[in-house]
Amino acid sequence: MQLTGADIVVKSLEKEGVEFVFGYPGGAALHIYDAFHRQNEVEHILVRHEQGATHAADGYARSTGKPGVVLVTSGPGITNAVTGIATAYMDSIPMVVLSGQVMKPLIGYDAFQEIDAVGISRPCVKHNFLIQNVEEIAATIKKAFHIATTGRPGPVLVDIPKDITAQLSEFLYPESVEMRSYPEPATTQPSEIVTAVEAMLNAKRPVVYTGGGVVLAHAQEGLRDMVKALGFPCTNTLMGLGAYPHDDPLFIGMLGMHGTYEANMTMFESDLIIALGARFDDRITGTLDNFAPNAKVIHVDIDPSVIDKNIKADIPIVADVKEVINAFNAELDRRRDDINPSLIADWWKKIRAWQGLDSFWYEKSDTIIKPQFVVEKLHEVTGGEAYVTSDVGQHQMFAAQFYGFSDTHKWINSGGLGTMGFGLPSALGVKIAHRDADVACITGEGSIQMCIQELATCKQYDLPVKVINLNNRYLGMVRQWQEFSYEKRYSNSYMDSLPDFVALAEAYGHVGMQIDKPGDVEGALREAFAMKDRLVFMDFITDQQENVYPMIESGKGHSEMRMRPGSASLAE
Amino acid sequence: MRHIISVLLENESGALSRVSGLFSARGYNIESLTVAPTNDPTLSRMTIVTTGDERRIDQIEKQLNKLVDVAALKDITLGGHLEREVVLAKVIVAPEQKAELDTIVKAFNGSLITVSDAQCIVEMSGSSEKVDELLKSLASLTIIELARSGVTGLSSDESSLTA
Repeated sequence: MQLTGADIVVKSLEKEGVEFVFGYPGGAALHIYDAFHRQNEVEHILVRHEQGATHAADGYARSTGKPGVVLVTSGPGITNAVTGIATAYMDSIPMVVLSGQVMKPLIGYDAFQEIDAVGISRPCVKHNFLIQNVEEIAATIKKAFHIATTGRPGPVLVDIPKDITAQLSEFLYPESVEMRSYPEPATTQPSEIVTAVEAMLNAKRPVVYTGGGVVLAHAQEGLRDMVKALGFPCTNTLMGLGAYPHDDPLFIGMLGMHGTYEANMTMFESDLIIALGARFDDRITGTLDNFAPNAKVIHVDIDPSVIDKNIKADIPIVADVKEVINAFNAELDRRRDDINPSLIADWWKKIRAWQGLDSFWYEKSDTIIKPQFVVEKLHEVTGGEAYVTSDVGQHQMFAAQFYGFSDTHKWINSGGLGTMGFGLPSALGVKIAHRDADVACITGEGSIQMCIQELATCKQYDLPVKVINLNNRYLGMVRQWQEFSYEKRYSNSYMDSLPDFVALAEAYGHVGMQIDKPGDVEGALREAFAMKDRLVFMDFITDQQENVYPMIESGKGHSEMRMRPGSASLAE
Repeated sequence: MRHIISVLLENESGALSRVSGLFSARGYNIESLTVAPTNDPTLSRMTIVTTGDERRIDQIEKQLNKLVDVAALKDITLGGHLEREVVLAKVIVAPEQKAELDTIVKAFNGSLITVSDAQCIVEMSGSSEKVDELLKSLASLTIIELARSGVTGLSSDESSLTA
């Protein structure tokens, strides 16, 4: 049967098992929108801004492991989406973005709402396509999903000229994809596993350092078995939180710029770093000059380009991290009698002493709300079970430091690109996929205003997320850097003329609350989470001067953390 | 260190910009870049001349390999290889200089194309080094216009780059 290109687009999505498409219509996409109107298999979620569409699809993808799907029009539709595409790209999130394009004969003539979508997205997609004729739509969409979801995942854009979506063709959805220039990812070699495990068994100061790759590969079970079998300390990156339970004694917290003292010192003094699905980015390593000077590095990643990029690997393994961890576990099982806990006993003593500093310590207050306190109470009220999205800034770090994650896919934040505006739309994407779960968006009064229009989307689709606005009337992280590095010249970091968030939430048809006393925090949270069917916007008026500690400042290394003034110090 | 990287890539629109965009986005040097279809019309062969230490070249190769349009690549400078560049130089040549120019061009296995009584085009192909030498030999003449193709090359052993 002959179908229009637009129907082929929608049918292809159906074949891929797509449940939701997040999008916003416009001229060049109208045939596709008409095709959506003709069917009930794939639901379209109308956002209020294309950036919101990409973040919502991203939140859906991060919380489910399935690709997020976006549909936008040409010109400003796709340019608005670019921030969200780049966000997904930096964090390796599977996403397929379909964009309408002006009619093929008009391409290159500066037509109305024409922009070179393939060109403008090229640096921030895993791959992109410009459809040339109606016959190639189905096969291209098949390829797009294949590329987005295999190997190191990432966003793929398919740009479709409007006239092609009106043309007719037979619909044949390919069963499989063969691309000579996109080979299957490498698999692990037995000799690599033996060598790596040998190094683990001989290590005196080992550390397991895991990143977003472990989350993306669903490798947390194997990781937990491996860490427990070895008895090694384990640290997670910002992107990797939840892979190892926060309250397990072998967990030494998040590492990096605002990680724990013990995690960074453990990295610094280690003799063996086992890096799993992590890429040694600058927020993790600090300055490279003095990075873990005595450590041998086992580096496991599916993307060969991250090996030796920032840190030279002694034992590189390019393969799916889940497969490798399972192979490690099999080898460890075979050599279980060679695991010698006494070899690392002194190491643990040292780590326990570092932990004694309690580097996340902050001064409690009964007069002013501390942002950390709100996050701790949020953990209590939700039993640590909520999906937590965040925006970018101090609140993001407080969320990462204080929520305490025990599962993967529940901590949803823009780690790589650091996109303000991510929190609310990603929360709505999570909520669509997990209707019965608690979803909290931890944000700040700066970030929330970057995509606040999505409160309307939440209303339309009945998505009762809970917005935790840590409102300190400052762009807090900017203010903190200005305090530390610019002699307190607070240039443009004060948030003046803030809206009345309670009234604003109510104007969108939601519930608004303002909380300004520490004693009211827990009660308000309980009240909000008890309202299962309402979006509650909780405006917490927090301490304006609070900073995120500890901190590795720019140009410093793991052993040079700046601790909170008044913190305990190591007894030498 | 100078490296010549041969790349087989899908003969798709935009493939070239993916490669050139990668080099500019990541701050890699490009000394020259040439591209044309191969005997398999679905594939183009690109030759990139770049410089960098071992680690940088390793990253360049890995990042190139990550591009979905790249089917295969090889650093041909790691083994025996043939490197060729075409140069065309339009020069002003006085009648009394003609004989001398003729000798130079012959020595480089090049040829001369007459444009007019006063001008001609020197044509030669060879390694970039040879091209540089030729141009040095032409120093006494006025070069009005110069076109160099950039380098293309092949391994000179029996190995071959295939998709």
